[in-house]
Amino acid sequence: MPANQPRIKSTGLHVGEIRPGVPKVDPIIVADNVTRSFGGLKAVDVEHLEIPRGAITALIGPNGAGKTTLFNLLTGFDKPDTGTWEFDGKNLAGIPAFKVSQLGQVRTFQLTKSLALLTVLENMKLGAKNQAGEKFWNGLIPALWRKQEEEIEEKALALLERFKLDTKKDDYAASLSGGQRKLLEMARALMSDPTLVMLDEPMAGVNPALTQSLLDHILGLKDSGMTVLFVEHDMAMVRHIADWVVVMAEGRIVAEGPPDEVMKDLAVIDAYLGSHLDTDLGVVTGRIDVIHEDHLVDDIVEEALQTEAGSTTRPGDDIQEEKVQP
Amino acid sequence: MDWGLILNNTLAWVFMPETIAYAIATLGLAVHFGYGGLLNFGQAGFMALGAYGYAISVLTFGFPWWGGLLVGVVAAVVFALILGLPTLRLRADYLAIATIAAAEVVRLLFQSTIFDDYTNSADGLGGYHESFRSANPFPPGTYGFGPWTWSATDLWVRVFGLILLGLALLVVWLVMRSPWGRVVRGIREDEDAVRALGKNVFAYKMQVLVLGGVLGALGGFVVALPSAVVPAYYLPSLTFFLWTILLLGGAATIFGPVLGSLLYWLIMAFLANVLPALASTGMIPGLNNPSQAGNLRYILVGVALILIVAFRPQGILGNKKEMTFNAR
Ligand SMILES: Nc1ncnc2c1ncn2[C@@H]1O[C@H](COP(=O)(O)OP(=O)(O)OP(=O)(O)O)[C@@H](O)[C@H]1O
Ligand SMILES: [Mg+2]
Repeated sequence: MPANQPRIKSTGLHVGEIRPGVPKVDPIIVADNVTRSFGGLKAVDVEHLEIPRGAITALIGPNGAGKTTLFNLLTGFDKPDTGTWEFDGKNLAGIPAFKVSQLGQVRTFQLTKSLALLTVLENMKLGAKNQAGEKFWNGLIPALWRKQEEEIEEKALALLERFKLDTKKDDYAASLSGGQRKLLEMARALMSDPTLVMLDEPMAGVNPALTQSLLDHILGLKDSGMTVLFVEHDMAMVRHIADWVVVMAEGRIVAEGPPDEVMKDLAVIDAYLGSHLDTDLGVVTGRIDVIHEDHLVDDIVEEALQTEAGSTTRPGDDIQEEKVQP
Repeated sequence: MDWGLILNNTLAWVFMPETIAYAIATLGLAVHFGYGGLLNFGQAGFMALGAYGYAISVLTFGFPWWGGLLVGVVAAVVFALILGLPTLRLRADYLAIATIAAAEVVRLLFQSTIFDDYTNSADGLGGYHESFRSANPFPPGTYGFGPWTWSATDLWVRVFGLILLGLALLVVWLVMRSPWGRVVRGIREDEDAVRALGKNVFAYKMQVLVLGGVLGALGGFVVALPSAVVPAYYLPSLTFFLWTILLLGGAATIFGPVLGSLLYWLIMAFLANVLPALASTGMIPGLNNPSQAGNLRYILVGVALILIVAFRPQGILGNKKEMTFNAR
């Protein structure tokens, strides 16, 4: 694995004192009073949230915290009970999911959605935007779309190579392994050159060796101006690439801040790390073997005592169980 | 038994207007189900609209034959929109239920006495052939040979039917290999994934429903060309014959419906000739009424449909590899 050289993180993303819901200098997503209940359960209850533009933001929290539900709400796949939210200054309330995607906010799913009986290459091509041949009457006349199709294919092949799927391009997506499908879905989302890509546990089930290369790819995307929001349980990975971390528990934003600081926040420890204060979850999962002993238990506890308690306790044991590699 | 006659009668069905019509209508089902994943159990309704649209336009409103054809097509488009608007946002099963009911509503409206002046209710319509026949480019005479010996009118009906079939095949082939077809096949696999990629899934499903429905109407038009339009023809069982043909040939294939229709009608014609002959010679136990024996073939169709679904769900032309993934 290549040396884990610390990259220069984006800093100065927020305005004023760091706290849940802190305003950002240049937010790409702004959500206000977004709530969503399932029966009696308030799955999402976000008072105020801003996602910084041009940075990599991690959304973390225990199982059932409402991360995926929040993703669904922000992307138009689900409707909130209350609230407003905007993307790139555009109010997204009532905008259907496909339009949200066309606006440049593209997501992937936690439960992978590969198109099983399309080939890997077809899956990729489907991701490209503004295809002339996707209109019925144009479809009848190949001359109208053949050239664009070639360009799309070229781009798809380059991405597939990056994601180590190039040898599979003519296979049905159904024949891919679970991890490969995750990769395909992520690569497919990138076909549209999104302004904001929202990845729901992109690395779950992906081989650690490949993870490293993909993390580099994500960092590259950031360098080229894209904003990334991702859900992840692996703390080492979060610390490695995230510029900003948002912590959810029981539907609410309980903490946010730069990764190193958030890790010290009591709310995170309560909500997420549970009884594993002394263990880096990266070690537990074995996904990333490079660990910085950058915070000691004593530090955490000390910091924790100084911070206001903002959430209820939840055991974090389930997190590592889910992440044990087969 | 006169095997020569039986063979002759059977082979005649290769170019029968009904064989061509069923191929076109089933191609519509292939667009719906095989490519788009839409469960349409009301293709008989689309066919009825094509047939009645033609007959009524010509008889009541004095349209030329091609005007009647267009009216049938427009009726199918409107019907697809009415069906699709409320159901295409719901799960696939709801469309299935809505189509089977809506097709029956269409048939019963044509059959009822409310519009007797236009539809002649249960007796159906006939005698609308003049305009089409006057457009016949073939001079009077006898054409063809053996089982395929036709009058000029017969020939014209078959040639026109084949032209429609050829055009339908060309359009479906072109559009399914285009990026449009890729989106449609993607929707069949997982709507939400396609939505997440910025495609207007509802609009695509609607286009699929319209395209397949128009093909159904064209099939109905071809059925009506040589004969009459009778409401009892458009029973739900007609839809299920088309499904048998679709699954026999292969649902997600271009030529499956053609091959399926051909095999279906050859087998039906063969049985229609052989079974009564067998019955009259007392070779079918318990069946010695020849006309009863002819009905036996519909039972066999039902059994065949079940066997295909159980043992070769991809159909004759279907891709085996594709189906090994489907049978998970
Ligand atoms: N469609 C639904 N119907 C009922 N309850 C739901 C539904 N979707 C989510 N929930 C509930 O909402 C809560 C939040 O679920 P969500 O999937 O957003 O969690 P998550 O943070 O993504 O968890 P994980 O880390 O396990 O993916 C859970 O308690 C879940 O049971
Ligand atoms: Mg989730």
